[in-house]
Amino acid sequence: MKVIRSMVLVSVDQASLERGAEEVFHKFLEEIDEFGLSDKIAVSTIRDVGLRDDIPLVIVYPDAAVYGPVRLEDVHTIVEEHLYKGNIVPHLLALMRELAPEIAWTRDRRGTLPIEKRIVLERAGIVNPESIEDYILNDGFQALGKALTQMTPAEVIAEIDKSGLQGRGGAGFPTGRKWSFVASTPGSPKYVICNADESEPGTFKDRLILEGDPFSIVEAMTIAGYAIGAHEGYIYIRGEYPRAYHLIENAIHQAEMLGLLGDHIFGTDYSFHIHPHAGAGAYICGEETALIESLEGKRGMPRPRPPYPTTYGLFGKPTVVNNVETLANVPPILRNGAVWYREVGSPKSTGTKVYTILGNVNFTGLIEVPMGITLREVIDIYGKGMRNGKKLKLVQTGGSSGTIVPAKLQDTPLDFDSFRNAGVSLGSGALLVCDEDTCVVDLAKVILRFFRNECCGKCTPCRIGTLRLYEIINQISEGKAVLSDLEVMQNISEAMSEVSNCGLGQTASTALRDILKYFREEVEMHIIDKVCPVGVCPIAKHESELMQKAG
Amino acid sequence: MVQEAKALDIVELVEQAVAKHGARRDAVIPILNEINQAFGYIPTAALPEIRRRIHAPAEGVFLADSHLYSAASFYQLFSLKPLGRHVIRFCESAPCHVMGGRQVIQALQNELGLEIGETSQDGKWSLLTTSCLGVCGVGPVFLVDDDIYGNVTSDQVPEILARYK
Repeated sequence: MKVIRSMVLVSVDQASLERGAEEVFHKFLEEIDEFGLSDKIAVSTIRDVGLRDDIPLVIVYPDAAVYGPVRLEDVHTIVEEHLYKGNIVPHLLALMRELAPEIAWTRDRRGTLPIEKRIVLERAGIVNPESIEDYILNDGFQALGKALTQMTPAEVIAEIDKSGLQGRGGAGFPTGRKWSFVASTPGSPKYVICNADESEPGTFKDRLILEGDPFSIVEAMTIAGYAIGAHEGYIYIRGEYPRAYHLIENAIHQAEMLGLLGDHIFGTDYSFHIHPHAGAGAYICGEETALIESLEGKRGMPRPRPPYPTTYGLFGKPTVVNNVETLANVPPILRNGAVWYREVGSPKSTGTKVYTILGNVNFTGLIEVPMGITLREVIDIYGKGMRNGKKLKLVQTGGSSGTIVPAKLQDTPLDFDSFRNAGVSLGSGALLVCDEDTCVVDLAKVILRFFRNECCGKCTPCRIGTLRLYEIINQISEGKAVLSDLEVMQNISEAMSEVSNCGLGQTASTALRDILKYFREEVEMHIIDKVCPVGVCPIAKHESELMQKAG
Repeated sequence: MVQEAKALDIVELVEQAVAKHGARRDAVIPILNEINQAFGYIPTAALPEIRRRIHAPAEGVFLADSHLYSAASFYQLFSLKPLGRHVIRFCESAPCHVMGGRQVIQALQNELGLEIGETSQDGKWSLLTTSCLGVCGVGPVFLVDDDIYGNVTSDQVPEILARYK
């Protein structure tokens, strides 16, 4: 059998070709043949390397070393030194963009290509999500087996607590503590709910976990059930994710067939059943008490808290509600131990975080990296820089309910603690990158429209506040507002964040608040000068129409 | 999709849905979902049929038609009136907007001659907006029935719409 030990990728986008990529490619084939390595090394091409000037690029796997720009005469050196002798050639490596001094991922980094640290997405894209055999072959159900046969429920909770795992739905509440609350609350039956109603704009990490590794959620929910003494669990999947629903339904069915779910799991006395449940389109149902109301067949309107679901949850019983990403961390923690988990990330925010990178960058998508990486690293390394070489203006972190981080603060590490200190929310992990062509008024308008549409209407500050804010921002964008409107907005915004019943109202004006803090001048230009500096707001159009008429 | 739901169909469908999802209160949304998918909307005549079949004495549940109407009218994927044969749901959330969604929704409106929320005279199209669909990596995004289109530019709109009869 032929075993390929290395792979060489040569960039062949148009710009690389113009600079001799094809010759470089053939030279590699030639040199590799010369060294008698043709059977062991594959040479291929890569089309998209983002916008860079150090092309043609040559990437060597598995070391993930990136060379560039590679000239014809460099090929011999790379083949001899790296591929034949196994040493990376430092002076030919491509320069990565300037990096912040503390790089979160250095520990696992070799070569120059950034490496992700995958815990929750470890199997995504590698196993067949429809096959339980595949999952079992890749350590699946080991953690559950260990929990049920070697650990007491209290030991499971202690291990999760020790790992420092914090909820990944946005609030960052310690998972172990939540479990122990429910475990120690009297009342029966108890329930486990997996919150897969991922609706925060810009967030699709949970979808990819569910679609890439559905069995891990089934396993994790069962472990949670065992830990808290529940025998029934629900997974509430938003209605917009039919594929995730289908895969979870299949995962439940297959696990039941093998006795890994249902009655007498692993032949023990423990039984647990999971019901998949599809939502029907409501952002508010991501709020845990609204989700519970919705599960009970009602409008998804949040309950007053306290009582919290840990004491009064589904059907009034003690209930654990965990986010998909949180649960996906549970099996690896039990498998490898809390100590192993604590080594990843920063001391106060352990583990990894899955981020979605969106907006005006060259590469949009999803990454899983240790806690503590900075925005600059995310944009430069994973996002491969700003699209069309534009300048970064701001990043909205954590979805539409999240904060606005202006370009000057992009070196703040992304972890729960630093973010809290900087008044920034990590939230769901969505990072919406906006370039200089973004008008802050226009952005605020879209965000406020979202909350006006999604407000459930239960409590007054939110119901009236979201509407009023949207009306005023519209007037600003049309050049019809007065300066005192900004004060009105600020007052409404403060009232909403203080007295709204749930997180929706409390965070609906977060982005607006930050925009008024960091970009007030730009907003005021819309009001005083009746000018939209970027030229997207309707006033800009009126102006140009007037100019045309005058001209 | 069927334009007008017949009484017989409704009873039959509700019975099937109850058989599949159970008669507990947590089955209400899944049952409404099945009906909405089968007819393209939830005919109000279906609500008393569901109410009659939901029994949950243990939960102390008293279910009235108004409870069901309250639920059916709350969720965005449910419609209480018939929609067009093809339903477009355009994502109007911030990520898609930043990536150029404004031009695309304008192109959709121009091409169809519809405002947001309207259904065309011939009953072919409904143009709706939706919140985030969770495919933001390829924004701007819209759905036509169950087909999802990503990285859409306004130039592509006529060609995409032409695929639907």
